[in-house]
Amino acid sequence: MRNLNSKAKESASPLLKNEGIKSVSASLLSIMAGLLVGGAITVIVALINDEISFKAGLEGLKLIFFGLFSTGRDISGNLTFGFNPVNIGNLLFRATPVIMTGLSVAVAFKTGLFNIGAPGQYLMGTAASLFIALTIPSSSVPTWIIWLLALIGGMAAGALWGAIPGALKAYLNINEVLACIMTNWIAANLVTWFFESSNLRNGNESGKIGYIMPTSANGVVTAKLGLDRIFPGSQVNGGILVAIIFAILVYVMIYKTTLGYSMKACGSNKHAAEYAGIKSKRMLVLSMAIAGALSGGGASLYYLSGNTEFFHATYQSLPAEGFNGIPIALLAANNPIGVIFSGLFMSMLNIAGQQLKNLTAYNEYITDIIIAAIVYLSAFSLVIKALLSGLHKRKSAVAVATRKGNSTTAGVQTHADEEIIEEINNGVKNAEIDFSEDKREGEE
Amino acid sequence: MEFLIQQTLIYAVPLLIVALAGVFAERSGIINLALEGIMIFGAFTGVLFIHIMQKNEAFMKEQAQTLLVLTMLASAALGAVFSLLLSFSAVNLKSDQTITGTALNLLAPALVLFLINVIANQNVLSMFSGDAASWFMLKKSTFGFDDIESLNPLARLLFINSDGEMNFFARTFLVKNYLTTYICIAVFVVLSIILYKTKFGLRLRSCGENPQAADSLGISVHKMRYSGTTISGALAGMGGFVFALTTANASASGDVAGFGFLALAVMIFGNWNPGTIALTAFLFGLFKCIAAAYSTIDLNGDGVYLLKELGISTNFYRMLPYLITLLVLAFTSKKSRAPKAEGIPYDKGVR
Repeated sequence: MRNLNSKAKESASPLLKNEGIKSVSASLLSIMAGLLVGGAITVIVALINDEISFKAGLEGLKLIFFGLFSTGRDISGNLTFGFNPVNIGNLLFRATPVIMTGLSVAVAFKTGLFNIGAPGQYLMGTAASLFIALTIPSSSVPTWIIWLLALIGGMAAGALWGAIPGALKAYLNINEVLACIMTNWIAANLVTWFFESSNLRNGNESGKIGYIMPTSANGVVTAKLGLDRIFPGSQVNGGILVAIIFAILVYVMIYKTTLGYSMKACGSNKHAAEYAGIKSKRMLVLSMAIAGALSGGGASLYYLSGNTEFFHATYQSLPAEGFNGIPIALLAANNPIGVIFSGLFMSMLNIAGQQLKNLTAYNEYITDIIIAAIVYLSAFSLVIKALLSGLHKRKSAVAVATRKGNSTTAGVQTHADEEIIEEINNGVKNAEIDFSEDKREGEE
Repeated sequence: MEFLIQQTLIYAVPLLIVALAGVFAERSGIINLALEGIMIFGAFTGVLFIHIMQKNEAFMKEQAQTLLVLTMLASAALGAVFSLLLSFSAVNLKSDQTITGTALNLLAPALVLFLINVIANQNVLSMFSGDAASWFMLKKSTFGFDDIESLNPLARLLFINSDGEMNFFARTFLVKNYLTTYICIAVFVVLSIILYKTKFGLRLRSCGENPQAADSLGISVHKMRYSGTTISGALAGMGGFVFALTTANASASGDVAGFGFLALAVMIFGNWNPGTIALTAFLFGLFKCIAAAYSTIDLNGDGVYLLKELGISTNFYRMLPYLITLLVLAFTSKKSRAPKAEGIPYDKGVR
């Protein structure tokens, strides 16, 4: 049997033998399929809706794929394309926070946790950063020190907020998905409350009700590092480089350090990790704290830019940057370097959506549909990967997918973890007892 | 007091029905994290249905209650269709159910907002004419209470007190309520009985506990899981519409304020058991009601608004349901008992 399998492996095309390439091609397939779904919806809407002509539908299609290079319309009303420094600069600016939240989700995934709490961590990071950046007087402290303190503060707040669901999961065995969702909404209300009772609200400018002052009011602005000369007219700043440095640091941490190894060990098999002397509970809390710090840092980088303003009544909706970390991490197969690229791709979609809104009868939500379709497909990317490597390997890969499913969803289950093994052992026996009880109930 | 009960019912009923939706999926072995997304989709389809019916003048105000029931059915049907995306991926493709659920939660608001923008050129779709209260709320005239003289003797005995006015029961539970509340409660009771007292229910639950054993007895695990998620989708879709009707004046905006997730919390809190879930849902409804209307709650009718005079921030009351969920989960998590096989794709080959 073993021989057969290895033979089968050899016969598979050599390109597809490499795991990394398989992940990349699975992601690319998801992206293509997602874009196709978006394109199909655009065309279908154009066909059904009388107000949108078929030509407009095709224009929408063009913008979905090449929106980044859109330069508006010419005099005769046709779409024009070309190098657009504003779009590319804005792309880099918007990619900054989502690369950070993507890293956050990826780190948690490595420990087998699903960090859906990124929006809450992001909000806490926002609040801490803005508070520090706006309250330390720039007259007595150099602004770069304030900037650094604000970044550290934002990361610390995020870390604290991430550590809460981590600790609840580790020590009280509360489903981390649920705990994250609850902490998200608590953060949303807490941040609103905090800013409502603060004096940081922007009362000077009209039309800015509900907004917090930009950090530039205190002179705290992220350094442009010459990027604004390459992409004139855009919002780009040095934050993107900081995000890339963080991605490299996370990569080194996960793949080259003992800490990263322990985290991965907890993610793939908690009991084995525990057996090898790794304190798995501590690892869970630590990995969620790191994840939270990255989300919080993303918020800091976004709001310290000086040209972004925070709308503080967040209690009704959570920031999309937080949720977008999930597709970005999934698309990158949780590889920190991959996160940089998938983050850039996501914000490219975002830019395309804006172009779509500005230039056609469509709206920017089509890009959210595409993102959702991509996440949907990446949920079974392991199956896609298996299909890529040929049918004969399908079975084993599905088994892997199943096992992997177990390991990630084990986090979702609310059993006490120690009980799981015992339960699996006694599974059939218990089930029989359960059945007989149920039958008796039924007969009554 | 009547106001408090009515408001609590308004918040509790969607939670009740959507938490039961979660139970059906999880008892069959599928984690339905997409409840929020399905609610959003259901709310949209329900409102769209009303909008189209009114636009084409298929129903007049006099037949509003018929329209309401039909809309509930429509949103349930489309919620069920939407949930097929989850069951197909989870059952046939053995995907990670948490991620699929998240994908649907991302998809629903995006799709709904995209369509609303195409249809209405704005971010909100509301009724074509009139508002939810004037069309669908049960009024005095619905029961004939406005003309007590011609009321039939039995109704008079039951609902009218000696002063010739409506009694407490009629004031609280009949007038100023929505028919949806009672339909949902009835559906909840019927489905709970089906889940626990019928062959189908037993088979469904067995697939969530030990699918291998169920399969060995000739039960099709795939079919059962499909039925579980489809019922779940129908209930969540209906719950989404009820939420939009009673709290958002029958308008859809791609948002149900986290009620789907709150319903998940209610389900875990209620230990996957309909009886406890019902209690929990009403408790949560009460908290939500306090958060929404704490400044106008006057418990004993002496004109003193106790909660308002305490002077605590609105934000605190808004935060309360989530905070309490977390705290209570912290205390009860050791005892909670999820269906054993939930979230694990069924593979015949695995022992």
